[in-house]
Amino acid sequence: MNVSSPAGVSVIHVQDVVKRFGRFAALRGVSAEFDAGRFHAILGDNGAGKTTLLRTIAGLAQPTEGKVSIFGKSPAEACRDLGYMAHPSLLYDEMSGMENLRYFARLYEIAGDAKCEEAIRAVRLDPSLTRGVGQYSQGMRQRMSLARAILHDPKILLLDEPFSNVDVHSAREMVGLLKGMRDGGKTIFVVTHQALLLDGVADEFVWMESGRIVDRTASAVRATQGSVP
Amino acid sequence: MKRLFPILSIVTVAALAYALYEALVVAPTDAQQGDVYRIIYYHVPSAWTAFLLFFINFVASAGYLARSSEASEKAAKWIAIGIGVLGIIAPYVPLVRSRIPPGMEPSAVATTIVLIPVFYFLVMKFFPGDRLDILALTSAEVGVVFCTIVLVTGPIWARPVWGIWWAPGDIRLTSTLVMWLIYVSYLVLRRFSSSAQTQKLAAALAVFGALDVPLVYLSIWYFRTQHPQPVIGGGGSMDPRMLHILLFSWLAFLLFGFLVCWSRFRLELLQREVEQAHAMESMAGGAESVKMSLPLGRSSR
Amino acid sequence: MNSLWALTLATLVKDIRLEWRSKDALNAMLFFSLQVVVIFVFSFDPLAEESRHIVGGLVWIAFLFAAVVALNQTWARELRNQVLDAYRVSPAPANALFLAKVLGNFLFVVVLQGLMVPLFVVFYNLRALGPAWQLIPIALLGTWALVVNGTFFAAMSLRTRSREIMLPLLLFPISIPAVIAMVAGTTAVLTGENSAHFYIVLLLTYDVVFTTASLGLFETVLHAE
Repeated sequence: MNVSSPAGVSVIHVQDVVKRFGRFAALRGVSAEFDAGRFHAILGDNGAGKTTLLRTIAGLAQPTEGKVSIFGKSPAEACRDLGYMAHPSLLYDEMSGMENLRYFARLYEIAGDAKCEEAIRAVRLDPSLTRGVGQYSQGMRQRMSLARAILHDPKILLLDEPFSNVDVHSAREMVGLLKGMRDGGKTIFVVTHQALLLDGVADEFVWMESGRIVDRTASAVRATQGSVP
Repeated sequence: MKRLFPILSIVTVAALAYALYEALVVAPTDAQQGDVYRIIYYHVPSAWTAFLLFFINFVASAGYLARSSEASEKAAKWIAIGIGVLGIIAPYVPLVRSRIPPGMEPSAVATTIVLIPVFYFLVMKFFPGDRLDILALTSAEVGVVFCTIVLVTGPIWARPVWGIWWAPGDIRLTSTLVMWLIYVSYLVLRRFSSSAQTQKLAAALAVFGALDVPLVYLSIWYFRTQHPQPVIGGGGSMDPRMLHILLFSWLAFLLFGFLVCWSRFRLELLQREVEQAHAMESMAGGAESVKMSLPLGRSSR
Repeated sequence: MNSLWALTLATLVKDIRLEWRSKDALNAMLFFSLQVVVIFVFSFDPLAEESRHIVGGLVWIAFLFAAVVALNQTWARELRNQVLDAYRVSPAPANALFLAKVLGNFLFVVVLQGLMVPLFVVFYNLRALGPAWQLIPIALLGTWALVVNGTFFAAMSLRTRSREIMLPLLLFPISIPAVIAMVAGTTAVLTGENSAHFYIVLLLTYDVVFTTASLGLFETVLHAE
C-alpha cells in the first residue's frame, strides 16, 4: 500500500493549457486543479478534448501553451507516479500476460516476478495463463492492460475509455476494481462516454465541451441543455 | 520596413539587369570555351547562394533544437564558442596546416569555421521562438530553388563544352545533387508530417543532412582519385575581370535571394498567425479571453 | 549506464521472441531477398567480363532493398495496440529502445546478407582478387550505417502520411556517402585494383557521426505525437 497525499490536497495542476493541431484547437485554455485520492470522471462529446487532456496530463502530448504539474513536477519527471491505460491494450498480442508484465516491469526497474503476479491477481486474472494476450476476450484484455498500468504501484491512474466495447459485467467488475484502488489511496481519472456506469462511484464528474471544462459536478446527471451524458 | 521592400526590389532588378548585361556583353570571351562559358555567371552564383542558404538552414535548425530546453541552449552556446575558438587557432597549428589541401589559405579555412558561431549568434538573437523555424523552412525552400538552377545549368554548360551531360566523379555537381536530394526530402517531410512536432523532426533531419555534406564531399573526392573523370567547370585561376563580374553577379543573386526569402518569411509568419487565430476562435463567442493580439511577438510595422 | 544496456538487451530479446513467434516477416523477407538476387542475375549477365566490376554495386543495392523492407517493419509491432505509448509513459530511457531496434535490425539484415551472399557468389562466380577479409568490416560497418539511420528515419516516418515511402525517401540521400564507400570498397576488394582502406575509415567515421546524432536526437523523435 503506498502512502499518498491525504485526500483534499490538490496534486495535479493544469494551467492555461492550450493544445493546437494546425487549425484545430483541441484544448482552448484549460485550467483546473485535481485533488489526491479522488476518483474523477471526465465526460463530454466526441471532440470535446477529453482524450487530449488526459494524454497531456500523462505526458504523451505536449501542450502548445500552458503547463501541467503533477506533485510539482512535469509529467515526464513524475512518470513513476503515473499509470496509463487506453482503449488499445498497450500489450503485445503474441506474449502471455506474465511475459508482457515481466517486460514492462523492466521499464520501471522492477526485478522479479512477484509484483507482476500481484498485479495480475489484483485484477482478478490468473498469472499462469500461457496463451497470448491477443487471444483474450476484450474484458480480460482490458483487465490485463489495467494490471500493466498498476504494476509499478503508481499514485495516479489515467484511463482513457476503459469500458468501450466491453460487456456490462466486465465493465462493472472494472469499476469495482477501480473503486477499490481509490479507496486504497490512488487518484483516478477516467475518460468515458458512459457516465452512468460511474454514478455513485466517482467523486467528481468533469464536463468538457469544445476544448474547455464547462462544469464540475458531484453527480452523473448534469442539468443543462445541449449536453448528453 | 514596408517602404524598404519596394526600394530593394527596384535595386535588385537593376542589379540583376546589369549583371546580365555584364555577363553577356562586357565579359571577355573565354580563350578555350568561347561564349558558352558565360553561363558561369548564373551557375556559380546560384551555387554559392544555395550553399549559403543551406548553411543558414543548418544553423537555424540546430538553434531550434537547442532552444527546446535551457540546458541544451546553454550547451549549444558553449559549443558554438568552442568551434569559433578552434576555428581561429587550428588552421595555423602546423599539424593541421599541413593537412589543408593546396590552394586553400589557412585564413580562408579559419574564416569559414568562424562563420558558424557568428551566424549562430546572429540567428539566435534576431529570430526568437517560432521565427527560427520559419527561417529554417524559408532558407531550405529558396535554397532548393537555387540548387535546382545549379543542377540545370551544369549539364547545359557541360554538354557543348565537354561533350557529356554529366560526370559522376565531378565532385561539385554530384555533391550538389546529393544536397538537392537531402533538402528536397526535408521539404517533403515538412509537407507530409502530421505530427505536432513536425518542426523539431524537420530540424533533426536538417542537422543530419548538414552532417552528411562533408562526408558526401569526402566520399566523392576519394572515388574520383581512384577513377579519374573529366572535371566539369574547370578549376584554376580566373581572369580578374571575369572574377569581378562573377562577384557582382553573386551580389545581385544575393539581393534577389534575400527578397524572395523575406517575402516567403512574411507569408509563412502570417499564415501561422491566421492558423493560430483560427484555432483559438471560440465557437460560442463572448467573454472568454481569447488571445487575438498578434501572436509570435510580431511588432506592428 | 548499466541499466541502459540491460534494458536494451531485454528489449532486443523481447523483439526476437516476438519475431520468432509470428515468423511472418522473417519468412517473407527471406523469400523477397531470394527474388531480388534472381532478378539481378537475369538483368546483369553473370558471364560477362565486366560483371566483376559491377557486382559490388549489385550486391549492395540488393541489401539496400532488403534493408528498407525490413526497416519499414521496425516499429510496426509497437504501433499495434499502441504499445509505444506504454514505453513513452515509463521512465525507461529512449535510447535503450533505439539501440535495441537498431541491433535487432542489424542482426536481421546480416541474416539476410548471409542468405544472399552465397547466392551471388555462386551465380557470379565471385572470387576476391584483393584481401577478402576486408569485406567483413565493409559489410558490418556498411550495414550498421544503413540500419542506424534507417531505424531513426523509420521512427520519424511514423507520424507522416505515406509512411512506407517516407523511409526510403529520407534514408537514401543521407546514405549516399556510405553507399559510395560500401560499393567502391567492395569493388576494390573484388577487383583487387585499389585499396579499400580509405572507404573502411570513411564508413567508420560515418557510423560514429550518425550513431551519435541518432542517440542525441532519438528522444525528440520518440516523443513526437
